[in-house]
Amino acid sequence: MDTRTTAAYDGNALAGPLSEVFAVEVTTAVGRCRGCGTSSEVATFQVYGPDPGLVGRCPGCENVLLRVVRTPDSLWLDLSGMSALRVLMPANSAAESDE
Amino acid sequence: MGIISRGFRGRRRDSTRQLPPGQYLTKDFPVLSAGPTPRVPLDTWEFAVTTELGDSHRWSWTELMALPAESITVDIHCVTRWSKLDTDWRGVSIDTLLADVETEADFAMVHSYGGYTTNLPLEDLLDGHAWVAYQYDGEDLPSAHGGPARMLVPHLYFWKSAKWVRGIELMLQDSPGFWEQLGYHDYGDPWREQRYQGD
Amino acid sequence: MARAAVSGGLKVRRTWRPAVVLERRQETPSASTLSLDVPGWTGHLAGQHVDIRLTAPDGYQAARSYSLAAPEDGDRIEITVQAVPDGEVSTYLVGDAQSGDSVEVRGPVGGWFVWRPESSGPVLLVAGGSGVVPLMAMIRSRDRVSQAPFRLIYSVREPKDRIYDHELRRRAAEDGGLDVTFVYTRAAPDGETRPVGRISLDDLVSHSWPAEVEPTCYVCGPTGFVEAVADLLIFMGHDPTKIKTERFGPSGP
Repeated sequence: MDTRTTAAYDGNALAGPLSEVFAVEVTTAVGRCRGCGTSSEVATFQVYGPDPGLVGRCPGCENVLLRVVRTPDSLWLDLSGMSALRVLMPANSAAESDE
Repeated sequence: MGIISRGFRGRRRDSTRQLPPGQYLTKDFPVLSAGPTPRVPLDTWEFAVTTELGDSHRWSWTELMALPAESITVDIHCVTRWSKLDTDWRGVSIDTLLADVETEADFAMVHSYGGYTTNLPLEDLLDGHAWVAYQYDGEDLPSAHGGPARMLVPHLYFWKSAKWVRGIELMLQDSPGFWEQLGYHDYGDPWREQRYQGD
Repeated sequence: MARAAVSGGLKVRRTWRPAVVLERRQETPSASTLSLDVPGWTGHLAGQHVDIRLTAPDGYQAARSYSLAAPEDGDRIEITVQAVPDGEVSTYLVGDAQSGDSVEVRGPVGGWFVWRPESSGPVLLVAGGSGVVPLMAMIRSRDRVSQAPFRLIYSVREPKDRIYDHELRRRAAEDGGLDVTFVYTRAAPDGETRPVGRISLDDLVSHSWPAEVEPTCYVCGPTGFVEAVADLLIFMGHDPTKIKTERFGPSGP
């Protein structure tokens, strides 16, 4: 019997998929867990997946913080597990322009 | 459509048995998960059927083991495209569990330890279509594959066969479960390739 | 061809870009480095990764993440790929991909697990298997632009699994500010005094720095390895906010 089960991935694995919808760096963003109130950097989320979808859980209480599913024509994103997500937007940076 | 990479074929998709569209045959049994593996001691394990009126019928592990069980061999198809043929299971038919349940509901939400949910029409759980399975390949169902017991609904994509099952909630109206909320199909028939909402 | 517009005149953010394989060179019996030409590459930081997508003639696609192995170099990027048994992407990249072949690249992504040459503090790098790749990018980025003391502890199964073996030894020999220690979990070279086995507290105490030095720690490799090392570092008293981890997924068979 496992003494401890642990997520295979962490929030670094969310960087590529979320780069399709976030204009700026997401792994340095900080999310506050709606369950336990802990704030954690996205890179530290306990991440399950990538199939059938990405599930990012709170490193403190394992509650689901976010979910991402990529279908042929959409990206589905659920951020409801976080009461807030703070995305760093340094003053002198600009979102990448679309090509 | 992406740029084609010379010589890349991906996984073999041929098979002498017909597979649903877009599937490939696997010899292993991939483990996919949305969260940590729950550990449920058998002395506290419980399976509950709750009707739309809130009435509940419950079975402890001992009570589940006392119910008539079946050994079945089925093909299973995962929405991530792998299929596994002739898998052997042992479990209690949902028909047995719902035999004395009075309900007007047409839909069901299956609930798992750990919080996972998946929805399907009640009729897809009946008439020999579904089981609470506790043995795979002649052995106790390993926790990585949903033990001590999981739902087994092989005619639908395997995300409907909820691991670590703890109960069925009967509903008058359909409501999306964990993956259905995030774009996966409410029904999920592999033969009609119903992977995503709108398929 | 990138789709330029959807309803409402909004542009779809273009993420996948074409890349051409320039060369593939073997690092170990199961790992190879690919250099790719990515026209329009806007640069990256050591520690970042890319996603590589392959498309078969029938439209089937598969994508995986690989860490960038080398610092910025115009349009040229390098990834080092460890072949995974039955891995549909890694076995293609390590075994089939040839100069001139096309793939698609998304990135660079992952701005948390990065080291910037402007940071001057000591750096501890702890690698498990292919987890050495992003840490090697950091070592290569440090070259000639930073004096920050670097210590790498690199855990492998046996000597033949050491990626960048010659280069790491050369760099450590030439640069007093870089220390490299190999830890063997299955079979060690002749003359190795450390008993074969998983990385332990002893290894970290002997080859990293005490917590008072306050190094920034980067740990990368299979999940179990990363968790174990992070726990040991915290036990040693290292500040958790100075420990950055990147999990490469479950350990192989």
